[in-house]
Amino acid sequence: MIYQDSRTLLAVRDLRATVNGIEILKGIELTVKSGEVHAIMGPNGSGKSTFAKVLAGHPAYVVTGGEVAFDGGPLLELQPEERSRRGIFLGFQYPIEIPGVANSQFLRLAYNTLQVQRGKDELDPLEFDDFVREKMKLLEMNPDFLDRSVNEGFSGGEKKRNEILQMSLLDPKLAILDETDSGLDIDALRVVATGVNHLATRDNAIILVTHYQRLLNYITPDFVHVMDSGRIVKTGGKELALELEARGYEWVGAETSASAAANAGAAR
Amino acid sequence: MTEAGTGNYLDSLMRGQAPLQAASASPLWLKQLRARAVERVASLTLPNTRDEDWRFTDLLPLTQLSWRPVQGAALISPQELERCALPEAAARLVFVDGRYAPQHSFNHAGLTVENLPAGMTAQGAIVEAELARHAEFEHDAFAALNTAFLQDAALIIAPRNAVLEAPVQVLFVSTQQETASYPRCLVIAQEGSELTLVEEFVALHQGAGFSSAVTEMALADNARVRHVRVQNDSTAAFHIASCAVSLAKASRYQAVSVALGARLSRYNLSVLLAEAGAECSIDGLALIGGRQLADSHTLIDHAKPHGISRQLHKCIVDGAAHAVFNGKIMVRPGAQRTDSSQSSRNLLLSGKARVDTKPQLEIFADDVKCAHGATVGQLDADEVFYLRSRGLSDAAARKLLTYAFGAEVIERIAIASLRARLERAVQAQTGEAS
Ligand SMILES: Nc1ncnc2c1ncn2[C@@H]1O[C@H](COP(=O)(O)OP(=O)(O)O)[C@@H](O)[C@H]1O
Ligand SMILES: [Mg+2]
Repeated sequence: MIYQDSRTLLAVRDLRATVNGIEILKGIELTVKSGEVHAIMGPNGSGKSTFAKVLAGHPAYVVTGGEVAFDGGPLLELQPEERSRRGIFLGFQYPIEIPGVANSQFLRLAYNTLQVQRGKDELDPLEFDDFVREKMKLLEMNPDFLDRSVNEGFSGGEKKRNEILQMSLLDPKLAILDETDSGLDIDALRVVATGVNHLATRDNAIILVTHYQRLLNYITPDFVHVMDSGRIVKTGGKELALELEARGYEWVGAETSASAAANAGAAR
Repeated sequence: MTEAGTGNYLDSLMRGQAPLQAASASPLWLKQLRARAVERVASLTLPNTRDEDWRFTDLLPLTQLSWRPVQGAALISPQELERCALPEAAARLVFVDGRYAPQHSFNHAGLTVENLPAGMTAQGAIVEAELARHAEFEHDAFAALNTAFLQDAALIIAPRNAVLEAPVQVLFVSTQQETASYPRCLVIAQEGSELTLVEEFVALHQGAGFSSAVTEMALADNARVRHVRVQNDSTAAFHIASCAVSLAKASRYQAVSVALGARLSRYNLSVLLAEAGAECSIDGLALIGGRQLADSHTLIDHAKPHGISRQLHKCIVDGAAHAVFNGKIMVRPGAQRTDSSQSSRNLLLSGKARVDTKPQLEIFADDVKCAHGATVGQLDADEVFYLRSRGLSDAAARKLLTYAFGAEVIERIAIASLRARLERAVQAQTGEAS
């Protein structure tokens, strides 16, 4: 939702990044304010996941230019854990399996780390168990997933629910959900979307990365951005997603190469 | 050092130990056994790195040290005992610096859990039939040395169909630095019996020491033994040990061996599936750092058909430490329908850490299933990032992942207090790493 008195949570200016020496992000501009839901769409390989991982601080990606401010402070110099503790959450496109680490242990460790950071009391295993089971109900998750190793042997949909469960525990200021809809059947999609809508407030913001418009039937974006070749080449409202669904991405590329890329790239 | 020099080292070890007390109390067969072992020690030499079996484990540093005789009483304080004792134990045998400590030990009704001289009064014939019959010392200098000094031992006999869930703990404690000890353990599981043995080697000091341990186990038809071995010697110590297990028809042996301590440790575990339908699973974990070396050589010998063997060996190596694993699987002619799998997984936590792992399959039967694999790697960067993206520090993430790697083996131990103790040991060790 767009609010008049919102504050800027994320300001990305001319962000450039490489992986293995190849430039993937080529000058991203994006501003996200509290209360807003943004969708970033674009063809496979356009750099959406790279952008998400750069924001979360993945060490494989090297930032070669530009600036990112998060919640009033510079972001790029922070370690990944510091970004998380300040309120950035990345829902992974491919959540990592961690054999041997019980999901409950992992979730509690993450939650308690944050509690300490916020000067609050840690929860012991029993207290946490009650707490997390409540959160799982919302996502219609079987409590058995607490006893299993983190994401190990989870189906695609189960992994995505586990991501949203983590989001609900960590209560981030900015959640970047990378292809959270992929691999979900229609029921799971509805459950996950309900969960995300439930977590959206006027104080936080959500960036949905997706290349289908399907998810946007359930979570209404305030802005839709189109990413192509490492840039945001077009920004519109939710109707843009429908247009993309109907017409594909090619016309956006053609349109933007005709006009000045810088104009189209500037979000607002 | 010349070969003659290392040969002399065995002599110096023979001379270094106090003469056997009350040796005259031993039965004739035991005296003869010792005499044979003394002969073997005299004609064997210490292995060196030109021996294929000792390629990576150089004993030269050992030969530069000498050991003084053990002195005083075989006693530890109640607090020290508390630290190593298992609350779950149904019976316990404690040896302090190689000597039996009766005041720390207790038996369990229905089983024999005693030291060798006490146990032999009632069970002489059974002991004679098994002792030194499994751990060959003709060609093994360390087993010969141990047998040459064989006077006392931990003796555990589970009679026919006796089933004991709770563990029997055998604790070898070192309290005196710069001494040598020759721990010995004999386990006899008679037909249909079941028992759990926890064998622990601990040091209450940080100094040097030498131990050469031998364990033997004979499992009769349908017997079942769970064996947990924890080597937590001083990080300045040399620990050389072998364990020989013989499995009769449809018997089952399940082992978890954990190596944490010692500057240099070597464990030879050989399991003979001597009759049809025997099963074993032998898992191992070495967790070492600094300049430690942990060498584990295992042999699973499928001699008869329908045997099953499973093996998971893991090493977590930090600092400039070096882990060695050699896992030989032998399938003898006629051992058809053998089903065997072996996996060696290794985690290197530092650039200077090293592991040498070698599966060795010798298969002389055609209708068999044998799978094996080995991996050496570091912590997975994506796993570390995933945890950090959830707020865990880099150190906490690495600790959790390292712990999880080791936990796969530790979780196979059925004794809660021991599992908890090992979990803490892994946490502490990986804590130092970060
Ligand atoms: N670790 C990597 N190594 C090499 N190339 C990469 C790596 N990660 C991403 N890329 C490349 O960067 C481009 C953008 O990928 P990605 O950000 O995953 O796109 P999207 O999420 O939009 O599908 C692709 O061409 C991809 O091959
Ligand atoms: Mg992607």
